[in-house]
Amino acid sequence: MNELSLYILDIVQNSIKADSKNIIINITEDIKNDLLAIEIIDDGKGMNEAMLAKVTDPFFTSRLTRRVGLGIPIFKELCETCLGSFQIESQEKKGTRLIGTLKYSNMDRPPMGNIVDTIYTLMINDEEVDITYNHSVNNKKFTLNTKEIKQILDGVSFKQIDIMMWIKGYIKEGLQFIKEEEL
Amino acid sequence: MKSLDDLKKIREAAAQKMSMREQKDGYRVVVGMATCGITAGARPVLNALVEEVSKRNLLNVTVTQVGCMGQCALEPIVEVYNTVGERTTYCRVKEKDAQRIITEHVIGGKVVEDLLITKFLK
Repeated sequence: MNELSLYILDIVQNSIKADSKNIIINITEDIKNDLLAIEIIDDGKGMNEAMLAKVTDPFFTSRLTRRVGLGIPIFKELCETCLGSFQIESQEKKGTRLIGTLKYSNMDRPPMGNIVDTIYTLMINDEEVDITYNHSVNNKKFTLNTKEIKQILDGVSFKQIDIMMWIKGYIKEGLQFIKEEEL
Repeated sequence: MKSLDDLKKIREAAAQKMSMREQKDGYRVVVGMATCGITAGARPVLNALVEEVSKRNLLNVTVTQVGCMGQCALEPIVEVYNTVGERTTYCRVKEKDAQRIITEHVIGGKVVEDLLITKFLK
């Protein structure tokens, strides 16, 4: 994977599969302090200590379709390669919080890539999950949450193609705005 | 700059369209989006599918993503459910195949033979 946005797409799948109702994705690009942080918080079924100790092991997975799980180990590896840190904490029946940081200027840090496609792909998941997306670049912030959208839609399906395209455009514009001065 | 208020207007139009197709359920297109799918290029495939559906203004087609489908070596995998819920599974789908899946299968009702997973599972 050569984009941070693909790692994010991958990791959030774990939260969706953990029967979460709410997922928060916080992306902080603090260029002044040379820091990029990715935080995922969910209210899913969480993990006990034994399982939590194993999630960073590539040969551990809870799925039955194959015997290796790679999502979390490769993200952890990436953070550490980029002179950042990786932390995961979890409580059974409460949820999981994961935070990875990377040194912004590190040569090995992949570009953010197409985060618009990632967020909107996650938002059109097949489960009843609400996603809050916060993305800040230095002092500017963009926020979107599906709860708010669903309220406005008032019964009209999220997956209507016109709505989906609008959401995609909305995220795109929002991100252009927060990145404007940096480019 | 778009604002959430604009969404209200789109909602009205979408609600009208929805009532027009209330009677029958349409096609459902599902893309596998776990680690295996993502690394194999599932995200651009999903986006190409959505864009194709949008371009052709297909009102009763939904495109959505799910987790691992269990055939990691054959990702990206796309499943098409027709109006009666019958499933067709395509594998090693590339961005450029999205158009064919929509035009030949979803619109034309004809399965895209050369992308079928059954060809790879012997």
